[in-house]
Amino acid sequence: MAANANTNTNTSVKTKVNIKPRKVPALIDRPMSFCPGCGHGIIIRLIAECLEELGQDDNVIFGIGVGCSSLLGGGLETDRLHCSHGRAGAVCTAIKRVNPDNVVISYQGDGDAYSIGIGETTSAAYRNERFTTFVVNNTNYGMTGGQMSNTTMPGQKTTTSPDGRDCTTTGMPLRFPELVASQFDAAAYVARGSVSTPANINKTKTYIKKALEAQLSGEGYSVVEILSSCPTNWGMTAPDAMKHLDQAVTPHFPLGEFKTRANEQREVK
Amino acid sequence: MSTVKGEMIKGNEAIAEAAIRAGARFYAGYPITPSSEIMEYMSWRLKEVGGAFVQAESEIAGINMIIGSAACGVRSITASSGPGISLKQEGMTTLSDEELPAVVVNVVRYGNGIGTLLSAQCDYHRETRGGGNGDYRCIVLCPASVQEAADLTVEAFDLAEKYRMVSVLMTEGALGQMMEPCVLPEMQAPKRFEWGFDGKYTNKKIGIFDRDSMKEAVALNAKYNKVKETEQRWEAQHIEDADYVFVAYGMPGRATIGAVEQLRAEGHKVGYIRPITAWPFPEKAFEQVNPDVKGYISIEANATGQLVDDIALTVMRQGKKKGSDCSGGSCPAPVYCNPHVYGVPSTKAIMEDYAKVLSGEMKEVY
Ligand SMILES: Cc1ncc(C[n+]2csc(CCOP(=O)(O)OP(=O)(O)O)c2C)c(N)n1
Ligand code: SF4
Ligand SMILES: [Mg+2]
Repeated sequence: MAANANTNTNTSVKTKVNIKPRKVPALIDRPMSFCPGCGHGIIIRLIAECLEELGQDDNVIFGIGVGCSSLLGGGLETDRLHCSHGRAGAVCTAIKRVNPDNVVISYQGDGDAYSIGIGETTSAAYRNERFTTFVVNNTNYGMTGGQMSNTTMPGQKTTTSPDGRDCTTTGMPLRFPELVASQFDAAAYVARGSVSTPANINKTKTYIKKALEAQLSGEGYSVVEILSSCPTNWGMTAPDAMKHLDQAVTPHFPLGEFKTRANEQREVK
Repeated sequence: MSTVKGEMIKGNEAIAEAAIRAGARFYAGYPITPSSEIMEYMSWRLKEVGGAFVQAESEIAGINMIIGSAACGVRSITASSGPGISLKQEGMTTLSDEELPAVVVNVVRYGNGIGTLLSAQCDYHRETRGGGNGDYRCIVLCPASVQEAADLTVEAFDLAEKYRMVSVLMTEGALGQMMEPCVLPEMQAPKRFEWGFDGKYTNKKIGIFDRDSMKEAVALNAKYNKVKETEQRWEAQHIEDADYVFVAYGMPGRATIGAVEQLRAEGHKVGYIRPITAWPFPEKAFEQVNPDVKGYISIEANATGQLVDDIALTVMRQGKKKGSDCSGGSCPAPVYCNPHVYGVPSTKAIMEDYAKVLSGEMKEVY
């Protein structure tokens, strides 16, 4: 699903129901070539909407991971750096340190953030860097053809686990938000959302917004992992992929807030 | 820190203080001997001047932090040695790709793999050819004294920004640990380059999949050629009438100067070229050498001889320029090399090398 799929805002069709015209945030008003039914498009749109609603869409720097996240490189109309695979946590650490007044976001896949970049991702959280990490968890390396990642489900067939993931030799799917919430006391906001249903999408949007608010008020590190569909590599139709998210993926990756903002009512600057 | 004129200061600390005075306001890195003093110094000094310092979880993270701060237009520096510099290669090729300026200090230590703590020059090929993927060059500066280390630190930033490249200050363990009097550079106001990120998308940028690599390659090559043409730096003496010309940089370069002076005093027609930029290699220095020179002698602190390759390439090109076809006895002069492995060769050892060249005991490499 391309993030800019619905760009026709001044429709002349008269409708009886009161449908709010959906405007695409200026930040993402360029074509992105995600596969049909991909969660990436939904997620970047939610982030862009939140930035706009918080009045920060002209005050943001993205560190973009390598993976299907890379497709944001040509799509975003904002300061952005395409970081080496896994290193967005380090790159964003420095960007936020030298530009503390900008909203700094790392946008990464599960492979990028939790496999090759586990050191950088964890260390940024550990140091309580004041930026926000969004991890698009589609339980595989989407960009490179669907190999196994650290979040691949037990038994899940991928191109490097053709017989299904054997967790006795490859480890159990990693739950990073839980790690941060339980080990890094200083972290400001930690949540996991999903794009499986409109209800979950709406909830995910509130998580994204709270994470950004935590950054804006200088409370500390914030991370939201978002369970996302990859119909292409899962070999599923788009609707089936969404069902799969709910039925197979979510049971292992519980949704919700693991760490809420200590001081949510605090004025956002 | 008091900076009385010519105060004694350790090489590594001179580099750190010179970077601060050049306006560097970001350091990220991971400790490793013999470079750690730079990081330790930065940890308190950057705080004093309102900069940012991050003790990174690894050299990979450290250099990627440099990418982040450089992208924001901040003068940024990192330092390491041996295997730490190996880990920085990913970031150095990325900096080069993004055309972001930064200074990487390599306080060279001897050895492959984890290496040793011995001072050496074993990273010449890596620094001058680029150790990361792709096809890029870094400007490589090699100081031979604490004073020169401080001066070249400032120059490293200026050159990095002039060409939007990475500058490598390729120093040596011995120089990093050594104390010498040094006049530190003037304090500059910190700079913020207007091309840096400001969150407002002031400087438009395209995505990786929309790039025109062919066009970029042509522009990059033109840039590197311009650097080669304009930025060669070296020190040379007694080369116009020399029978033999020594070539050496850094600490062995300094020892070589001593040997040449002594040999001259004894009546030998020898001279020296001390490259200050290893890349671009100071080819122009060789144009001033006696056309009838009998040979070049490379003095290096590594196991296999690396600088000798650049000397040979330069001598070969110069020979070609002169139209020599090697038929009339005027083919390029032979190039000898004594790689002293590690440490700093003594004046005596270098004079012995020379005697071996004269006696025929040392065979030419090229
Ligand atoms: C150092 C390095 N190793 C490997 C790759 C190849 N590679 C590109 S994307 C990717 C996996 C990305 O997976 P993920 O982060 O989950 O993103 P997704 O495409 O699933 O959104 C890999 C292995 C690379 N670009 N760089
Ligand atoms: S491969 Fe998967 S993650 Fe990548 S764009 Fe297609 S559906 Fe999305
Ligand atoms: Mg993935």
